[in-house]
Amino acid sequence: MQELVNRAKALLADGTVARVLGWKAGEFAYDPEPAFFETEEDLKDFVYDGFCGANLSKYMIEASKLEGKTLVFLKPCDSYSFNQLTKEHRVDREKAYIIGVGCKGKVDVKHIKEAGIKGIESIVGADYPNPAETLEIKTLYGDKTISYKDAMLERCHVCKGKDHVVFDEQIGESADTVDAERFAEVEKIEAMSPEEKFAFFRAELSKCIRCNACRNVCPACSCRKCVFDSTKFDSAQKANTTSFEEKMFHIIRAFHVAGRCTDCGECSRVCPQGIPLHLFNRKFIKDINTFYGDYQAGEDIEAQAPLTDFTFEDREPGQFAERG
Amino acid sequence: MKKIAKSDLSKLFAAIAEGSELYLPVKVAGQTNFAPYTADAEVDVDTLKTVKSAKDIFFPQSENLYTCKTDEEKNISITPEALQNENFVVYGMRGCDAKGMEVLDKVFLSEPVDSFYAARRAHGTVVAAACGEPEETCFCKVFGVDCAEPVADVVTWTVGDTVYWNAYTEKGEALTAKLADLLSDADEKAVEDEKAKIRAIVEKLPYSDLSLDKFGAGKTMELFDSPIWEELYKPCLACGTCTFVCPTCQCYDIKDYNTGKGVQRFRCWDSCMYSDFTMMAHGNNRTSQMQRFRQRFMHKLVYFPDNNDGMYSCVGCGRCLERCPASLNIVKVVKAFQEGAGK
Amino acid sequence: MSLNNEFKPKIVAFCCNWCSYAGADLAGSSRLAYPADVKIIRVPCSCRVNPMFILRAFEKGADGVIMCGCHPGDCHYSTGNYYARRRMTLLFSMLDYLGIERARTRVEWVSAAEGVKFSQTMNEFVEDIRKLGKNVRLEDLRCRN
Repeated sequence: MQELVNRAKALLADGTVARVLGWKAGEFAYDPEPAFFETEEDLKDFVYDGFCGANLSKYMIEASKLEGKTLVFLKPCDSYSFNQLTKEHRVDREKAYIIGVGCKGKVDVKHIKEAGIKGIESIVGADYPNPAETLEIKTLYGDKTISYKDAMLERCHVCKGKDHVVFDEQIGESADTVDAERFAEVEKIEAMSPEEKFAFFRAELSKCIRCNACRNVCPACSCRKCVFDSTKFDSAQKANTTSFEEKMFHIIRAFHVAGRCTDCGECSRVCPQGIPLHLFNRKFIKDINTFYGDYQAGEDIEAQAPLTDFTFEDREPGQFAERG
Repeated sequence: MKKIAKSDLSKLFAAIAEGSELYLPVKVAGQTNFAPYTADAEVDVDTLKTVKSAKDIFFPQSENLYTCKTDEEKNISITPEALQNENFVVYGMRGCDAKGMEVLDKVFLSEPVDSFYAARRAHGTVVAAACGEPEETCFCKVFGVDCAEPVADVVTWTVGDTVYWNAYTEKGEALTAKLADLLSDADEKAVEDEKAKIRAIVEKLPYSDLSLDKFGAGKTMELFDSPIWEELYKPCLACGTCTFVCPTCQCYDIKDYNTGKGVQRFRCWDSCMYSDFTMMAHGNNRTSQMQRFRQRFMHKLVYFPDNNDGMYSCVGCGRCLERCPASLNIVKVVKAFQEGAGK
Repeated sequence: MSLNNEFKPKIVAFCCNWCSYAGADLAGSSRLAYPADVKIIRVPCSCRVNPMFILRAFEKGADGVIMCGCHPGDCHYSTGNYYARRRMTLLFSMLDYLGIERARTRVEWVSAAEGVKFSQTMNEFVEDIRKLGKNVRLEDLRCRN
């Protein structure tokens, strides 16, 4: 971690950057908060560990409007989002100095709590750059352990790659964390009967409280004004009033980012109700890959996005069920 | 003091549900929230905090107020939504949520009284549960909540395999009388020990002694223009998670929905984090996220005490500490001002 | 509120101004019958159809939604229907994924000269929807009464 702080200090000192976008310790062992640092003095609060899972790319939209460059620490997956935002002219590449940080998987307290561990006092083992295999957790109700893998975010189990697609310099090694198939969950649902599919999504979506966290955290959802915030729009906007509202919001949310979603998994990470929102986005990604050829949003800044492109031989909408 | 074996709780729920509607924590797709009891619901009374607080039962996230319709002769009819007129029971509310109801009472039961809320309050019996294992995110002690003995119509304690049951109000006594067949008499000893145990844990929680010196009634001028807000709000994503999981957030919006055949006027929770919060014809009072962020905490810790004899509209449930996507929360805000004062 | 209990489906058809709407016109002037359950909404191009239009139609009580546009290659704006084709492919696939009957949504390319095809398509579609019955998986309960 000291390496990151030292680089940040050096870049601030020589005037390359005007501020640093990184992380500050939270109230507990597991909740670091994205933070801006403007002086070397401020950097004493800088932290970086396995709990720093949030995608900082979205904060770069605001940072791009500020005077001077911002140093930002991006994980490999964050760099895809950054690239996609650059492509959409939402961030200014010239305003960013990107340090690509190696990643060995990120953990989330959500998974620790799901394992029944509560009253957490301290957590040892989530250090950067080398997390332990097992997290040792002191709680009010005795000492507990959980393997790092079990506490890892869903996205890390299906990591799309440990190479940064955009960076000015790189620090730290990465390690492969993949132990699941990216589309396995989607395929499982596809294989269900219509009744089962409907029941599955009905149960998941009925939990939605329309807090908009999935939308607001999403680097692809960067419209200045969202259609769901319009007062002229005939929907409940803020309330999941009927089963229709919840479906419409989630279909449209995912559709609007189809072909632009890098599958960074932030939507699922932030959902207070634990709805697996990535299943919507990943379904679109899978379909795009199957129908129009493999495409990874954010990978190549020049590539034509699948929904702004076509071929004369595209399949007909009625054919989707007969995929090979 | 009464008791029932934990394994007989399902019988108890069925018995309550026979006479009246019953709301209790139910697990759906992995998350526990308050929901109506049904025979096949996955009841989960062990989870400490439901995702949404119990306020949803008395002040639903969205509810119809009235419906306007035009019939075939083009006559317009207006039908107000019926008020709650049947008794119902809420089982398993925690001390913080029960205190949250006190906060909401101040808002909705003072003139002009909110008839929808008042009807639900009048017909609802609250069975609260003591928190056997408080978590690190709990700081209810700061707001005078005793999670070992919540304020409610009935309080329950779970000790081992036994659930103890004690009624505190007339409504509570009435419910107890109805369930007399299932409840047997018990002595106080086990409950007294449990209370002592819980209070000892509460003492060990990291934020049980959070100081609120800097906040409270009359602090508006001191805090409003503080530069600390500018530092604090930055990671805020402007989602409404904190407000929607909060047991005391009470702001709502009133909207019309066009059904194609008429109009339904409904209200739904609003969030001060949203850009259209308190939007008026001339635009919006709060134009930046910093102002919206400040509003939330100033409301809870300064404006509300100003108008309600010093009562804070935070109950220390810690839901925002657990759910905020950017790890922001009220404890951070309080601490920032506490520490900022020393600079 | 029909007097008998026979199910009368509500069908919304989005028709592009240049081909399908003219096709519907031709069907009419050629006196080819298609059920009155079909309500046509004219759009400038099939590409104008936002996924939200389709969902909205279901919300407000449609039992089936069909989108008609110029044949690929014949778009008045050259390429509009190619984009629409990709969009609808993805949307329909998503609806299928959510367990909503796939036969409730359909895309058909109908030219201005294909009055016969228009009436046939509509007859078929209405029949399909009649078999499926009322749309309950994508309805908005508020619009029911």
